[in-house]
Amino acid sequence: MNLFLLFLSAFLVNNIILMRFLGLCPFFGVSSKIETALGMGMSVIFVMTLSTILTWFLYQYVLIPFDLVYLRTVVFILVIASLVQFLELFFKKQIPGLYSALGIFLPLITTNCAILGVAFLNIDNDFGLLSSVVFAISSALGFLLALVVIAGIRERLENAPIPEALKGLPISFIAAALMALAFLGFSGFMGLSL
Amino acid sequence: MRHTFIDGIVKNNMVLVLAIGLCPTLAVSTSAYNSLGMGIAVIFVLVFSNVIVSLLRNVIPKNLRIPIFIVIISTFVTMVDYSMKAYVPPLSKQLGVFVPLIVVNCGILGRAEGYAYHHPPHYSLMDGLGIGLGFTIVLFVMGTIREILGQGIWLNIPGVFPGFCVFGKAFTNSSVLLLILPPGGFLTIALLMGLFNHFRGGSK
Repeated sequence: MNLFLLFLSAFLVNNIILMRFLGLCPFFGVSSKIETALGMGMSVIFVMTLSTILTWFLYQYVLIPFDLVYLRTVVFILVIASLVQFLELFFKKQIPGLYSALGIFLPLITTNCAILGVAFLNIDNDFGLLSSVVFAISSALGFLLALVVIAGIRERLENAPIPEALKGLPISFIAAALMALAFLGFSGFMGLSL
Repeated sequence: MRHTFIDGIVKNNMVLVLAIGLCPTLAVSTSAYNSLGMGIAVIFVLVFSNVIVSLLRNVIPKNLRIPIFIVIISTFVTMVDYSMKAYVPPLSKQLGVFVPLIVVNCGILGRAEGYAYHHPPHYSLMDGLGIGLGFTIVLFVMGTIREILGQGIWLNIPGVFPGFCVFGKAFTNSSVLLLILPPGGFLTIALLMGLFNHFRGGSK
């Protein structure tokens, strides 16, 4: 598949949060401020790309040759958890500036289903290494986009008069529904589906 | 023990109260049948991982507990994934990547860490059943709403049962397609959560 189309598809048309429903916990968990949303989004871009490369090689060169495909869930989650742990240690020692920016978000990423979901989707779609990486980066960018936009909306919602029962999460869901509706428009303009 | 069970369904409801396990809730609840399938898979994983963690709670060292929990959970997830692929292939196709993703459902790890690790097996079993059932009920309600309004039918099982025609043929032909699409998922859970808050707030 054309890489540019793949990028557009993963970034906008099949936005990982709004269309695929992956990574909703951080989407609602850390989206109350734009700054934290940016930090989380950056960490996701970083980890998602690295974990995609790592899991792709593991799957193609270890799990398939040794006929261990049924272990993929266990292996992937452990690999991602250790990668996150390793990155955290590495940043702490080598790049303290980046650590203080991303530090608190890194551990949260282990249970972000977007990371594991992208690893599975790459396999289910039979992507090669290049397509996998493009898919991972554009999905992560889509994640960042959706996260920052909803954070902006939620900052405005703070001061809005909202019915008591809808305060907090429900109103954010409604905002997300409207965003998803807008993103649905992209599928028409590209005529894409993946 | 009955309290553990009831608390799991209402007070600690995974989706409506704690707002975790949202990804499968929204992605899978396009029809009542899909929701039930997902709910049963989660109940299975939750009950078994809770019981095993609770049985091993005196053996598992504190520092290593999280990786061990994850291995236990992913074992059961793999079992569910492969059983579904073997016995209900159409359902497994529909649920897709969300079956293996049960492993990162924070609710399950949360129960292992927060409940099963400190409680005896029979309590953990009830807790797993309660939490799992609470999750399944929400999923089923959402699936029902979205399927009836979005497709005009209820409980359609592809290839087995065409489903009940709830509002008659005319509605089925011009149903609110939006509810089946992703925005409908967000909208349904928003309103459901709002209703839940409203009535829980009223009874306090």
